[in-house]
This record gives sequence, structure tokens and C-alpha cells, in this order.
Amino acid sequence: MRVLTLAGRRLAASIPTLILILVGVFLLLQLAPGDTVDALMAQMGGGDAATARQLREFYGLDLSVWAQLGNYLWRLVRLDLGFSAIYGKPVATVIAERLPATILLMTASLSFAFFFGLLLGVVAARGVNKWPDTLISTLGLMFYAMPTFWFGLMAIVVFSIYLQWLPAGGFEDITVSYTGLRRTLDIALHLILPTLTLGLFYMAIYLRIMRGSMLEVLNLDFVRTARSKGMDETRVVVRHVLRNALLPMVTLIGLQAGTMLGGSVVVESVFSLPGLGRLAYESVIQRDLNTLLGIIFVSALLVIAVNFIVDLLYARLDPRITAGS
Amino acid sequence: MDLVKRYLRSPAAVIGLLLLVLVLAMAATADLFYPRDPLALAGRPLIWPFSNPRFLLGTDNSGRDIAAQIFHGARISLLIGGVATAISIMIGITIGAFAGYYGAFVDTALMRVTEAFQTLPNFLLLLVLVAVFGSTLTTVTIAIGIVSWPASARLTRAEFLSLRNREFVQAGRTLGLRDARLIFGEILPNALPPVIVYASVVMAIAILLESALAFLKLSDPNVASWGNLIGAGRDVLRVQWYVSAIPGIAILITVLAVSLVGQGLNDALNPRLKRR
Amino acid sequence: MSPILVLDDVSVRLPAGGDRSHAMANVSLSLAANEILCVVGESGSGKSMTANAIMRLLPGGVAIDGGRILFEGRDLCRLGEAQMREVRGAGIAMIFQEPMTALNPLRTIGDQIGEMFELHTDLPAAEIAARTLALLEEVRIPDPALAFRAYPHELSGGQRQRAMIAMALALDPKVLIADEPTTALDVTTQAQILKLIRDLQRRKGTAVLFITHDFGVVAEIADRVAVMREGRVVEAGATAAVLGEPRHAYTRQLIAAVPPLEAPPPRQLSGEPILALAHVSKTYRTGGFLGRGKRVTHAVRDVSLVLPRGATLGIVGESGSGKSTLARCLVRLIDPESGEIRLNGVDLAGLSREEMRAATRRIQMVFQDPFASLNPRRKAGEAVAQGLVVHGMARPQALARARELFGLVGLDPAATERYPHEFSGGQRQRIGLARALALEPEVLVADEPVSALDVSVQAQVLKLLAELRERLGLSIVFITHDLRVAAQVCDLVAVMQRGEVVEAGPIGAVFGAPQHPYTRELLASIPGREIGAGRRFAEEPTA
Repeated sequence: MRVLTLAGRRLAASIPTLILILVGVFLLLQLAPGDTVDALMAQMGGGDAATARQLREFYGLDLSVWAQLGNYLWRLVRLDLGFSAIYGKPVATVIAERLPATILLMTASLSFAFFFGLLLGVVAARGVNKWPDTLISTLGLMFYAMPTFWFGLMAIVVFSIYLQWLPAGGFEDITVSYTGLRRTLDIALHLILPTLTLGLFYMAIYLRIMRGSMLEVLNLDFVRTARSKGMDETRVVVRHVLRNALLPMVTLIGLQAGTMLGGSVVVESVFSLPGLGRLAYESVIQRDLNTLLGIIFVSALLVIAVNFIVDLLYARLDPRITAGS
Repeated sequence: MDLVKRYLRSPAAVIGLLLLVLVLAMAATADLFYPRDPLALAGRPLIWPFSNPRFLLGTDNSGRDIAAQIFHGARISLLIGGVATAISIMIGITIGAFAGYYGAFVDTALMRVTEAFQTLPNFLLLLVLVAVFGSTLTTVTIAIGIVSWPASARLTRAEFLSLRNREFVQAGRTLGLRDARLIFGEILPNALPPVIVYASVVMAIAILLESALAFLKLSDPNVASWGNLIGAGRDVLRVQWYVSAIPGIAILITVLAVSLVGQGLNDALNPRLKRR
Repeated sequence: MSPILVLDDVSVRLPAGGDRSHAMANVSLSLAANEILCVVGESGSGKSMTANAIMRLLPGGVAIDGGRILFEGRDLCRLGEAQMREVRGAGIAMIFQEPMTALNPLRTIGDQIGEMFELHTDLPAAEIAARTLALLEEVRIPDPALAFRAYPHELSGGQRQRAMIAMALALDPKVLIADEPTTALDVTTQAQILKLIRDLQRRKGTAVLFITHDFGVVAEIADRVAVMREGRVVEAGATAAVLGEPRHAYTRQLIAAVPPLEAPPPRQLSGEPILALAHVSKTYRTGGFLGRGKRVTHAVRDVSLVLPRGATLGIVGESGSGKSTLARCLVRLIDPESGEIRLNGVDLAGLSREEMRAATRRIQMVFQDPFASLNPRRKAGEAVAQGLVVHGMARPQALARARELFGLVGLDPAATERYPHEFSGGQRQRIGLARALALEPEVLVADEPVSALDVSVQAQVLKLLAELRERLGLSIVFITHDLRVAAQVCDLVAVMQRGEVVEAGPIGAVFGAPQHPYTRELLASIPGREIGAGRRFAEEPTA
């Protein structure tokens, strides 16, 4: 219960952050050359000034910046993200269509990175400066130094073009309409490469953190206490070191949730996944600022949600958190 | 001197330094070996590497010399990486120092802003900035600097928080030192080493961010950037995969070099942790 | 009685490249059942290494390279790792100095004690829980059932050390190694823990190897004592013999450095007050979100004290008594929220930041930690000259003055060019003193200036402080937790508890005939009260 209160408090504290982001980005976008109406007119193949004025009036773009901002925030409160002139649909609908792919990709990559980062970090720390450590650390550095999109392209060359094991892109096979389990399997198959592409970079980061924090914890006094009880090294690691060493890594996941979501823009572009990231890219290209702002809002919500889960997890792991306040 | 000796003791750090020197040498000699515009048409398109001695690394789909683009690209990567890192570290140190030293209200306000920057996916913000201010070399560099400061601000703040109540800082205060002297004379020199080490991480990320932006054709199209080349190679990926592969390896080597040097510096600055 | 643990000519090698080749050299000790052997020595004497060597838990690069460690006749050096694990915990158990860090912060006390049974016995879970609870009762933890479920951070330091003791004694080990188990504790808690160890040891007949730096503790608890210096045992024997008639010069020097608890005859004090505190208070409010969960700590509560010119006022108390907060209020590192601090009639508490900056010339502070109190990136001379420069002296003059001050505090004036890490702890404390004296203050606030130092170094620094007081006519506020030190340097003393001064007066009166029960408890808790009795402090031992 106390855990929930604490996490809830953190959640409440992120509301000002959210408002700060929205106001900041809204004002930033006012500086952009051209607005939605320009984009719309360009798409329609031009039009006269009178139509443009009418359209601006219709979208409320003739008001002052502050009035527009007020309008926007007020609509947000009612969960109305506005209308995408480019897609001809409400922004909320456009985003809702694209959200599942991104959430799937994020969840899969995060789980992959967390699990293998943890595992490899522990293995490396156990054999510090021996060959498994050297191998793991070197591989980790490689994955860290590789541009994700490049890894994705190379993976497509190897696995899709030469070996033809995995699809080169897309969310599912649209030439045949699968249902049920078969469809799930098909989507999973399509997500393997994107997950690896996004996940390997973060796995490299997590394994480095995990290795370092394991080595740090192994030097702490209570580990000496455990050894002085006559405990063997494996048990020392499992029962005393692991949970303590996990804490910095869990913190990092929260801090990097935003970065990871940003990384999905590139990965979704490489694999033509119909996700939020690609939508963001498309709206930049097409100057669909309303949609872009909507994506920023939803992304921030996603990051806040991930941080909420991370807070809960952290509080479960560390009893000192709930006792503090 | 001691630092140099400790640094050179680690083979990984030495390899990193050699790689970094290699990339720097490429950047320095680009005009010497490839005096022509690297983006100009040079020969028949899609010549495979090592098949024509004039184009050691082959040509891309528009007939531009890949080797020339790699050499000139080294300049762009290092330039953008270096300047963006400098911008980001400066912002980070300033904000972190003020937040950590003054605490209370200043800290809360500055950390809210930092949090906002961290909650907003950095690549999305980069897209917004590029969409608003355009994709010239300058705007891209500044934009990358602006999206990557929060982590160094947090790091500086943490250092300041632990240092500001250290007894030598309190001693300075009892001697009558002013805040500015305490911040810049007493605390900052002690807070700096970890931040400088962290700069290597920022630089690695900055290079990766620029290449990703270029890959999406959102960076400056008028300069030879490795990311641009990878993006161009994407159209001929099925057969002439080397067009994308070669610049990717260049990025990999550069980022690896920067990271290894950073790690080596870290170990050399913290001799206690050397055994790891 | 046949010894249960024997160290026979044991040597422990340090990694190459250090300042010494061996942490222990040809150490021979023996420990019989039902006795307490104290291994005493200053830092770097190899006393803790002895404990680690017996448990075979040496840090990387450090190894036993000679001799035998016989436990019940078996040489521990020759045991395989698996056999050694059976000895650890069950045969030889250990407790450590810092009970906070020696316990895993993420697991409950009951869980961590129960682990002893899980590792070495096949008892069912319910039985383990019952025995753990019984152990917690045995070490007299208040509310054992609650402590069983508690996490380490929810207990006090003394309770945590009790839990550690419960854990160590879980399997009735033949030998208990206690590595400075009371050093991190307050004096009243220390007295309780020492008594507990003694009681349990007597009842169970355990052999205890007790490692300490404190001769008071030795006198309190040891049956026999071994004195170590630079990895060697210089003297060993029955406690009364070693303390009463030390044969080795080093032992004599160490014992002479322990300040006796009796105050020297009072000095004539000036009637003119230089510093007067009236109703000084400082309250901390922590936590609190929208008014919920707020906690108020009265760090300093309505303190009124007077320091006569040329005198030393001691402020003594345990951790959390507010003595350090009070010291920091005096130099305005912390702003008191109410009350007056009058220095020569000027109320420091009422000064603006700018005015206080100027007033720092007249009141200076010496800090506790010789390693944290100097900026590692600034030359020692610059640190001393810094204050002078800030207050308007030109740099070359200030540096010249720093060299003079180095001479004044007994350092080589040429050492001004060196960086702090090139000095020892005692030397750093001298630098700190020089820095404070550079501004020629009238009042010196010394916050635990000797508590981080070894006892022999401590004696030298205290002597220097006394000399400087005479020569420069300083008035000193001396904060300490160590009543022995207070007895030697202070003219007046104030005893603090939970932010309040419970008793104050001339040191001879307060220590000789304490009025407040807390003062009495504090004095009664000091281990080895008879040590140094009837002896003038800091007399050079006749070697």
C-alpha cells in the first residue's frame, strides 16, 4: 500500500513535467515555417488566400499564440488531440492505430535487453578479467558502438536476403490474412529483427552497468559477512549480491525509457513498422504539426508510465524507499 | 605523468587511442588524398570495393567515391560529435552545478526542466528541432547538443551534492569565500573528472544521433556524412550491400574509439578501481 | 588449558609495489576456550588482517605465505575451500565494526540470521524461525518479534550490532572473532555491547579474539592482550600485567597516550566573556508532502553558554546530540533560527552574509576528518594562504605567512608546496589548524579535531593545541564525543543530549560530581576508567 502511495506521489509529480513539455514543444512549433493549413493546401495542390483564411479560422489558427495554447491544453484535458489534416482523421485515431506496434516493440526490446543484460553482466562479473568477461565486454562494446539502423540493415541482408529466414520488414504478412495464433506467430516473426536491433544496444548498456554494479556490491561489507557465515560464492551472488546490484540498472531503465522510445523512430523506419516512431518521422516530413504534438504527448505519457512501473519495481526491491518518507 | 602511465597500462585503452588517432588522421588528410568534392560524380556507379584501383572502396549508387566520402565523413562526424558534446557538457555542468550547489528551490526548478527533457524522447525532440530550424550543419549540431545534456547535468549535480558538504568546502566558507569561488575554485575542479569521462559517452551518442538523422535524410544533405551514405545505400541493399556496410564500419570504429578512450581515462583517473 | 586456536609464525604477504611487503610478519598467538584475547594496535598494525587471515577471507592479491593456523588441531591454511566454508560460521564466527554495512540492507534481520542455520544445518523452516527468535531474545534486543521482521535500516546502531552478535553466535561457534565491534557505536551503547559480549562469552564458554585500538576497551574486557605494531606482535600477556607493567617501549608509549579521565587542576579563568550564546535553537523539518508525514528534529534547543576569554569550553555528547550542529551555528555554516551568538558583544546570528564574511576573521573552525577537510587539488600552502588572500592580503605575502604558520604548527615550511595526499592524518590536521590560525582568530571552534587520529598522534595534536592556546591567547570551543579528551583539554564543559545542554560547569566539578543522570551514565560507560588514573597526561614515558 505504501509502495502504491509513493509511486502515486511520483506520478502526480510528473504532471508539471508533462505540462512543461507540452507548452515548450507547442511554443517551439510556432516557430516552424508554415502551419497545418499550408501543409493541407500544399496537399490539395494549392488554393486561394480566402480558403486559407477560412481554414485558419476553422482550426483556430487565427488566434493569438497564447489563446491557441490555452485552447490546445483545454482540449487535451478532454483527451481531444485535435484533427490531422494530412490523414483526414482525428489525431487520437491516427495514433491509436500506430500505438500497438510501438508498444510491442518496446516491450519486447526492453525485456530482451533487461534479461540478457542481467545475465551477461552477472557472468562477466563472476569471471572478471577472465576470458568470458573479455568476450562479453568486447561484444557489449561492439553492440554499443554500432548504429542501430546499420545493424538492422545488415541483419536484413543476412537473415532476410541471403538466408531468407525472416521477413525484411512490415508488422505482419498482408498478402495473407491470418487469424488467431497463426497471426500472433506471424507478428512475432516480423518483430524478431526489430527487437534485436533496438534491444542489443540497450543490452550492451545494461550489461556494462550490471557488471560494474556487481563488482561494486561484491566489495561491500555485507558480502564479507555472508562469506564469513560459510556461504559459497554462488549463493553469495544469488542471495546477497544480485538484488543489490539490480538497483542501479532498474534506475537506468526509467531514465532511458525516453531514449529507447526515440530509438524506435529509426528502427521502425528501417523495418517499415507502422508504429509511433515512423508516424513521427512522417509528420515531420509532411509538416503535420498537430499529429507531431499528439505523438509528443503520448510518448511522454508512455515514458511516465514506464517510470511508474520502474518506481513500483524499485520499491519492491528496496525496502528503504518506502521507509524514507 | 602518472596518469599517462596508468592509462597506457590498459591494452583496451591503447587500442582505443590508436583507433581515435586513425580517425583523426583520416579527417586531417581528407583534403590531401581526396581534394575533390566527395559528393561529386566520380565514376561509374556501384563499382564493388577492391575491383578498381581508382576507387579502393568502390562507388555508390550515384557514382560517388565511397573512400572519399569516408575520409570527409570523418571530419563531419568528429566535428558534430565534438561541438555537440561541448555544448551539451557546458549546459549540463552549468545546470547541474547550480542545482547541486544551491539546492532547495533552484534545485527543484532545474531538475523539473531536466526531467522534462528526459521524459521527452530525445530523438523525437531532435526531429522537432530539425523540423522547426531546418537541417543545416550548424542547426543539427546545436540540436544534438541541446537534446543530450540532461545526463551530464544529473551527474554534475550528484557530484556537487556530495561535495558541497565536504569539510574542505565548509572550511572555505568559514574562511569567508564567496559562492562563486566555492563553486568554481573548490567544488568544480573536484567534480570535473567524472564529467569529463562522461563526455566520451555523450560524444559517442552524438555521433550515433547524427548518423541516424542523416540516415533518415534529415541531416545536412550538402556534406559527406556517413549516415547519408548508409541511407543512400539502403536503396541498393539487396545486392550492393557494401554501400551501406562500409560507412557503418567507420561509425562503429569511431564510436568504439571514443568509448575505449573514455573508459581508459576513467580507469586511469580512479586507480582504486583499476583491478576491475 | 589447551588452546583452541593457534597462530604459529603466520605471515601475510601484501601485493608487490606497496609500502610494505607484509601485513603480518611471523605472528604467533594462541587462544583458549572461555577466554577473551584482545589484539590491540594502531591503524596499519595488521590487527584486522589477523582476523581476515584466520577466516581466510583476504582481499585479492593478499595471501598467507608462511606459518600455520591451527583450529582444533587442524591447519586452516591447508583446508580446501569447501572444508573452510564449514568452519566459517559454525566453528569460527565473526562480527564486524560497522553493523550498518555488515548487514544486507535489502533483507530482514530474521532472514539473515536464519541463513546461518540454513547453511550449516538441516532444520525445518519453522524450527529455524523459532531458534532465530530465541537468539534475538538472548542478545536482549527490545521486541525480538519486531526485530525479526525488520530491515537493518529500521534498527539503531546498537540493535544492529546485537543482531550481528546473534547471527555470529547462532551455531555456538568455538571461536568468535570481533573486529572493532564497538568502534562505530556511542559510548553508552558500547558499554552495553561490551557487557553483552562478556556475558554471552562467559555463559557459552566461547573463545573470543577481540580486535580493538582502544586500551579502555582492553582494560574492560580482555583476559589477555597482544599488542601489534607494523604486522608484528611486540608484547603479549595477561591484561593486568601488560597494562600495569608494560615491558615494551611501544606499549608504554601507547598507554601513556591514553588521556586519563581525571581533569588536571583548574586554571585561573578570565572573568570577561569572549563568546556568549543565549537561547540558540535550530530545528530541522524533513519530509512532508502537503503537510503529511512531516518530521521535526530539534537539533539544537535553547542553548545558552559562555566562553571566557582564553578558556576552552568543551561540548560533549553522543551522536545526534546536536553538538556538531551547534559548532556549525557558531561559524554560521548553519543559520540558527533563534537566539544570539555574541562574539565580543557583536551578535553573529544577526549579521548579514556579507558582514559574516568579514567576521570570519575572528572566529575560525577546525574540522574532524583530516582527509575530507583539505581540497585534494590545492597545495597545502595555498589552502593555508587562501583565507588571507580572501581577506585582502597579496598572494606572495600570504604564501610567506603560510610558511611561517607551517613552522608554528610543527610542519616543515618547505612542505607548503606539497598536495594534501602526501601528508599523514596527523599532519593534515596540523594543516587544518594552520589554515584556521592564519586569520588570527580570537575564537577557534574545533569539531572533533582528534577523533579520526590514532591515539599517539592524537596526543601530539592535543599537546600542540594546548601550546598554541597559551602562546596566541586563543579561546576554544572544543566539540568531542571522547570524555577522556575533554577532561584533558577543557576548562569548562557542557553535556548535550538530544539538542539540549543537560549540564554545564567547570570540568572538574562536572566530571568529579556529575549532577544529571545522563552525565553520570556517560561517565560510567567509559571503558577502562582506571586507565591512566593518577597520571598526568602527555608526560613523556620514561623509555
